[in-house]
Amino acid sequence: MSYFSDIINGTKTLLTGMRVTGGYFFVNFFTKRDVITQQYPNNIETLEMFDRFKGEVIMLHNENNEHRCDACTLCEKACPNGSIEILGDKAKDPETGKNKRFLVKHIYHLQMCTMCGLCIEACPVNAIDWGQDFHHVEYDRSLLTKVLNKPGSKIMSGIKG
Amino acid sequence: MILNIFTDIHELLLGLMPENIVHITELVLIAVAYLGIFAILGLFLVWLERRIAAFFQFRLGPNRVGPMGLFQTVADALKLVSKELTGTEKADKFLYKIAPYFVITTALMSLSLIPFSYEIHAFDINIGLFFLTSVSSVGVLGIFLAGWASNNKYSLIGGMRTGIQMISYELSVGMAIVTMVVLAGTLQISEIVEIQKDGWLIYQGHIPAIIAFMIFMIAGTAESNRTPFDLVEAESELGAGFHTEYSGMNFAYYFLAEFVNLFLISSVAVILFFGGWLSPFGITDTIPFAGLFWFVIKVLGVIFIFMWFRWTFPRFRIDQLLTLEWKFLLPINMVNIVLMALMVWLGLTL
Ligand code: SF4
Ligand code: SF4
Repeated sequence: MSYFSDIINGTKTLLTGMRVTGGYFFVNFFTKRDVITQQYPNNIETLEMFDRFKGEVIMLHNENNEHRCDACTLCEKACPNGSIEILGDKAKDPETGKNKRFLVKHIYHLQMCTMCGLCIEACPVNAIDWGQDFHHVEYDRSLLTKVLNKPGSKIMSGIKG
Repeated sequence: MILNIFTDIHELLLGLMPENIVHITELVLIAVAYLGIFAILGLFLVWLERRIAAFFQFRLGPNRVGPMGLFQTVADALKLVSKELTGTEKADKFLYKIAPYFVITTALMSLSLIPFSYEIHAFDINIGLFFLTSVSSVGVLGIFLAGWASNNKYSLIGGMRTGIQMISYELSVGMAIVTMVVLAGTLQISEIVEIQKDGWLIYQGHIPAIIAFMIFMIAGTAESNRTPFDLVEAESELGAGFHTEYSGMNFAYYFLAEFVNLFLISSVAVILFFGGWLSPFGITDTIPFAGLFWFVIKVLGVIFIFMWFRWTFPRFRIDQLLTLEWKFLLPINMVNIVLMALMVWLGLTL
C-alpha cells in the first residue's frame, strides 16, 4: 500500500517545504530582518563590505607609518597585466653599511587590475593585502593610478631585503 | 447612490441615441473597461510576483520606480512596446502573428465571466462555469500555435509539452469544478455565489470540498503554467520555451496573459470555495460594492498561495508530471466526485 503512504508523505514534505519558505517570507515581509539587499547609491556612506571582499590592493601600514615592502618586485612580476610598478632605489644601510634596496613608490593601476590576487600571493613578506573599499568611481582614469605606500613611510625594521 | 452609477450611465446614453445603438455602445464601453482591467491586473500581478519572490529570497524586489516600485512593471511594459518585433525567417508567419491573440482573447473572454462583486458582473449566463472552462482551454491553442509556428526546436518542445500538460490537467481542474458543481447544483456563477450565503462551499462540503480544493490548486498551478509545472517555459532547458521567438509586445501579451490566467484561476477558486464576493459571516453584505473589496482580498490570498508554491517547489520532470496526474489526481478526483454525490444525496453537507 505504498500508494497511500506516498500521497501522505508527499503532502507532508511539500508542507514542510512551504513552512520553511513561508517562514522566510513572513520574517522578511514584516521585519526585513534577513534581507541582504544593499540599496547601493543610498547607503554609500554606511555600506561596509565583508572581510573577504576584493575591492582593491592596499599596502599595510602600522601606526608608525611603516610598511613591510622591501621593493623586491615579485608582485610586479606576478601581475599578469602589468598593473603594478615598483620604483625602488638603493641607499646605504646605517646599521650594516651595505647598500640596500628600498621602496620609493609602489604604483598600482586600479583601472587595469582584475582583482586576481596573484600579487598578494606572490609577496614574500605580506606587505600588500585586499582592501574592502568598493566605491572606485572617478571622472578621470588617471585618478585610479595610486601610490600604495603612504607619503613619508619607511620600511619596518627587521624585514630582510 | 453609487449603486445607480450603471443605470445612470445607461439612461444618459439612452437620452443621446436610439436603443440598439446604446446596446452596442455599452458593449464597447464594457470591452474597453475590461481591456483596462486586463492591463492593470497583468502589470500589478507581475509587480506583486516580483516583490513576493524577493521576500522569499531575502531580497527587496523592485522598489525604486514609483511608490514601492509599483510603476516598475509599467516602465517595463513601455520598454517592451517600444521594442522591435523580431521573428524567425522560416516561421509560419500567419500563425506566428495570431498566436498571442488566442491567448489574450481567451483570457479576456474568461475575465468577463468573473463577478467582481454583486454589481460588477459583465456576463452571467446559466452555463457560466462550463463556458469558462471551455473558453480557457482554447487558450492552450495559442501556446501550441506559438510553439509550432516559431520554427524553433525549443519552441516546438515547449508547445508539445503544453499539449501534454494542459490536456492532462484540464481533466483535474474540470473534475474538481464538477465536484463543487454537484454540491452547488448550478453552473451559473452568480447563483453559485448566492448559495454560499449560509456558508462558503468549502465549509458546506467539508471533506470532499477540501480534497477538491487541494486538487484544484495543484491542477490550477499546472493550468497557469507556473512552477513547479512550468515545463512549457522551463528556462533552464528550453530557453524560454514556446515564446522563445517572440519579442516586444507579442512577448508582453504572453507575459500579461499568464498573469491574468493566474488571476482567473484564483478567482474561480474563490468563487467555488470561498464565497466569491460575499463577506465572511455576511458582515458587509448590505453595503453596495463592498463585495469588490472582499473579492479582491480573497483572490489576492489565493494568488499568494500560488506564488508560495512557485517559490518553494522545484520543477517536475515530464514523466513525474504525468504520473502525478494520471495515477494520483485523477483517481482521487473520481472517488471524490462519488463521495461528494453521496454526501449531497444523503444530506450530509453542512
Ligand atoms: S590583483 Fe592581479 S591584476 Fe591586480 S595588481 Fe595584483 S596581480 Fe595585478
Ligand atoms: S609588495 Fe611585496 S612583492 Fe611587491 S615589491 Fe613589496 S615586498 Fe616585494
